[in-house]
Amino acid sequence: MKEQLKSIDERAKEELSHIDDAKLLEDFRVRFLGKKGEITSILKQMGKLSAEERPVIGQLANKVRADIENALNKRKEELKSKMEQVRLTEEAIDVTLPGKKTRIGRPHPLNATLEEVEEVFLGMGFDIVDGPEVETDHYCFEALNMPKSHPARDTQDTFYINENVVLRTQTSSVQIRTMEKRKPPIRIISPGRVYRSDTVDATHSPLFHQIEGLVIDKGITMADLKGTLELLMKRLYGEDTQIRLRPHHFPYTEPSAEVDLMCFNCHGKGCSMCKQEGWVELLGAGMVHPKVLEGCGIDPEVYSGFAFGIGLERITMGRYNINDMRLLYENDMRFLEQF
Amino acid sequence: MDLSMKWLADYVDCDMPIKDFVSALTLSGSKVECFEREGKDISNVVVGKVVSIERHPDSDHMFITQVDVGEDEPVQIVTGAQNVHEGDFVPVAKHKSSVLHEGKQVKITKGKLRGVASNGMLCSLGELGLSVHDFPYAIEDGIFILGDDCDKTVGKDIHEAIGYNDTTVEFEITSNRPDCLSVIGLARETAATFGTELKVKKPEFKGIDGDINDMLKVKIHNTDLCKRYMAGIVKNVKIGPSPRWMRERLRGCGVRPINNFVDITNYVMLEYGRPMHAFDLRYVKDASINIRNAKAGETITTLDGEVRELSEEMLVIADAEKPVAVAGVMGGEYSGIMDDTTTVVFESACFDGASVRTTAKKLGMRTDASARYEKGLDPHECYEALMRAFQLVEELGAGEVVKTYIDENYEDETPKTVDFDPAWINKFLGTEIPESDMVEYLTRLGFEIKDGKVVSPWYRVDIACKADVAEEVARLYGYNKIPNTIVRGVAQAKLTEAQKFDRQIQRSMLAMGLNEISTFSFISPKYFDKINLPADSKLRKTVVITNPLGEDTSVMRTTIIPSVCEVLARNYSYRNPECYIFERGNEYIPVEGEVLPVEPERLGFGFYDTETKADFYDIKGFVEGLLSKLGAQKVEFEKATAECSFDEFYAFHPGRVAVVKVNGEEIGIFGELHPRVLENYGIGARAYVGKINVPELMASCVAQKTYKPLPKYPATTRDLSIVCDDDIPAALLEKTISKAVGSILEKVTLFDVYKGEQIEKGKKSVSYSISMRSHDGTLTDEQADKAMKKVLEALKAIGAELRM
Repeated sequence: MKEQLKSIDERAKEELSHIDDAKLLEDFRVRFLGKKGEITSILKQMGKLSAEERPVIGQLANKVRADIENALNKRKEELKSKMEQVRLTEEAIDVTLPGKKTRIGRPHPLNATLEEVEEVFLGMGFDIVDGPEVETDHYCFEALNMPKSHPARDTQDTFYINENVVLRTQTSSVQIRTMEKRKPPIRIISPGRVYRSDTVDATHSPLFHQIEGLVIDKGITMADLKGTLELLMKRLYGEDTQIRLRPHHFPYTEPSAEVDLMCFNCHGKGCSMCKQEGWVELLGAGMVHPKVLEGCGIDPEVYSGFAFGIGLERITMGRYNINDMRLLYENDMRFLEQF
Repeated sequence: MDLSMKWLADYVDCDMPIKDFVSALTLSGSKVECFEREGKDISNVVVGKVVSIERHPDSDHMFITQVDVGEDEPVQIVTGAQNVHEGDFVPVAKHKSSVLHEGKQVKITKGKLRGVASNGMLCSLGELGLSVHDFPYAIEDGIFILGDDCDKTVGKDIHEAIGYNDTTVEFEITSNRPDCLSVIGLARETAATFGTELKVKKPEFKGIDGDINDMLKVKIHNTDLCKRYMAGIVKNVKIGPSPRWMRERLRGCGVRPINNFVDITNYVMLEYGRPMHAFDLRYVKDASINIRNAKAGETITTLDGEVRELSEEMLVIADAEKPVAVAGVMGGEYSGIMDDTTTVVFESACFDGASVRTTAKKLGMRTDASARYEKGLDPHECYEALMRAFQLVEELGAGEVVKTYIDENYEDETPKTVDFDPAWINKFLGTEIPESDMVEYLTRLGFEIKDGKVVSPWYRVDIACKADVAEEVARLYGYNKIPNTIVRGVAQAKLTEAQKFDRQIQRSMLAMGLNEISTFSFISPKYFDKINLPADSKLRKTVVITNPLGEDTSVMRTTIIPSVCEVLARNYSYRNPECYIFERGNEYIPVEGEVLPVEPERLGFGFYDTETKADFYDIKGFVEGLLSKLGAQKVEFEKATAECSFDEFYAFHPGRVAVVKVNGEEIGIFGELHPRVLENYGIGARAYVGKINVPELMASCVAQKTYKPLPKYPATTRDLSIVCDDDIPAALLEKTISKAVGSILEKVTLFDVYKGEQIEKGKKSVSYSISMRSHDGTLTDEQADKAMKKVLEALKAIGAELRM
């Protein structure tokens, strides 16, 4: 019986090594390990054995069964891996073929930039306020300390609807409307479209966007204006951003300043991008003129404030290195899909 | 304002490196745009003396010269010029030099001309970048023979030798500082910026005896528009070129020298910022000068030869009969100085800024003079300017100045004062500048501190309040030394509901794969024709720009649809295979009886796609997706008709256009563009556009969404194919089904529409999958069958039968 078991063990293992089909593997299992299989039939003959032999043979039979079972499982796993391998190999594809087309809409670069600026200001406690684009001369000029025939009106060539209605040349008009309605403290930005009769070229457009800011409260200082602008520029352009203020003139602020950003390209040394100046003009700002406050019913002896205006196109073009403003309004898909 | 640094140096020390000068002035408030050294393209050109000259053996028009350039040996140069003689001093471009040729820099190296070695070039004025205006004794097409006003040291660099070594600095002068449109004004700013001394002397002249009142009558008829009129007379005038120093300084300030009298008026204008005018007395009829308003119908031929029609609000200088100059703008044709002029009248006047501005604008001629007047000049300096002109006449020996002069309508005004409040200034600026420093800054700028007041110098017409004084202090202290602080106090800020909604729209459209565009809000009125609008459409009533740049940007859009079409057309013309776009933009609708139009926000959108079979149902899908995301209530789609609220209807294919309603209100229209519109725009593919009224949509959307529990019990689905007349809209079928199923209805989904064989002509087969679900338990077959029976009955009632 010992020999029989040994022979079974050898045959089984020999046979197993040739099987490479799942079905044959099952036949094999039935033949050797099944209820009518060879090992079972040996075990059925155990009764003929002596009491001494019985446990020895029993042990041996169990071992052979376990061995065959292990070998079978191992072979199964081998076969599965092999099949899997075949499938995986067959199914290999050229991953460098192009992907299937999906469309993901891109925000217009101006709006993407605007939203970022808005988030910075919301974080600093500025509400966002809208106002009309077709505006009265009063809100666009008069209330901003620019009476008719004021020479500063020349620098903002205006589109007229009639003698008293214009396309706003700046969103400062919204500041006036806000000051008339709200009591200080006021912290707002007013982004929007503005219009000036500039012929279209790489750096001019008769329609562009401004973001104007206004803060009115007791004890607002020019130092606050500087701090606010510096914070904004650092958020937009990074912590190592440097700005400088230059005296300038706007009829609606006093003192007035223009704010320059240190040229990214040359870090202030002067290059072709900044026309050798080392600085790029970025925005206008200043302390709200007392006459403007008075006109809105705010006592300049009690309150002070600052205002600033940023050109959205300028920031956007700087961020994305866009060299021609016309691209922003042409809406060529090949341009828009770059953002 | 272009400033000659050489001229500036007459009045203030400014010999620091030019970059330092430019940067300091910019930071103290006089913004420098750029600066340029004159003759920078000319190098290695020196003064040479022609030692000998002989004809070229192989050329009948060339000469061989030997020129002493201060080296051991003379250099041999071949020239084609005919005006060179032995002993002449000439500019010599040596081997490896650069000069200008037709405005471009060219290199000069030695070479051979017809076999004869030539080691450089003799230069003309043009090759140096100059003209006969700069050296009137030279000729245009010949070598520049240096005159006695040049340094004739051989070998000397040509820039130094002929005074071609100035630097021009271009300043951007703000409109509040007309005083800085002058050399002396900028000298004052320079002195204040650097804390150095200003060296301006009061101009003086000797004059000859004579009473001007015997020679000239001046009458101001409008004393409001002419605040001062001074006039003086120069007799025995000798017209000729002005001296080199004057020509140089004019050139440095960008003004072309003409002759001594014209140059003197320009010189004074640039130096003092005061426009002057010189009349030839011969052409002032009856020697009578009248400052008056123009009469209706009067004209004047201005110096530039143009005939100008004058109107009554314009101020003119007239003689006994006719206008001879437009006050503060430009002189008349015959008023100017000519070669045979013998007696000159100098005018130094102060005209009202606003009036000059309006006149210049109306006549379409902005001149150096009007640019200065219109900013509001002080009458005070008329005197200095006239005295300076007299002084220059005498200095140049250009004539005899009559000692007496006319001065009309002038009273010396008391200087303007503003309270001096150092504590307030520091509080306002956020600084701690000592009072003594403030006093020093203000004094440097010409202000006087007296009895607690800041007294403005007369040339500072712009100082009117404490904030103005604070600016003066701040700019000399240095804006960039002011600390950076953060606004105190807590402020809450958030987006408004409308702003949030607007962002939601953008997010949804982007997610559906449309690109955002930004278009001009003004359009051409022709666009209305392009989109097929009827002639009487309300959309043709627009806000019209009276002074547009062009017809194509002359009216504010009343509909966003043409803007979308334009972008589709442009992309199509660029051969972009597809274009999916949207814009959040305003329309501008005039309102009867209101000053301002309303500006409602619109969502415009559209696409064409030459690569896929995208169609009407794609654009409808965008609308459905958007409305679903935004939480719109009671959404319905209907076939649009001419009666709908949107006049844009006419832009669409009448069989492929829908209006979308929410809560029963029409809030949008969309569909396929009319073939004629596609043709108008040159779009060779079918294109689909639409617009949605944003505020109206927002009003019907649920701002705050709430969660509905997910179903616990399974749904039962029944499919149904029906046959009905072709013109029954699917929306009606769906509505009928929904109503019949009642509360257990979950969803009706259309999965097939079939027309053709097996279906009677004029009919269609429509198949729906109807999903039903109860929240109380699993639906039984009986419940579902009962519902389906009701559905069939209801469908039958509208003429739809079960398909057998």
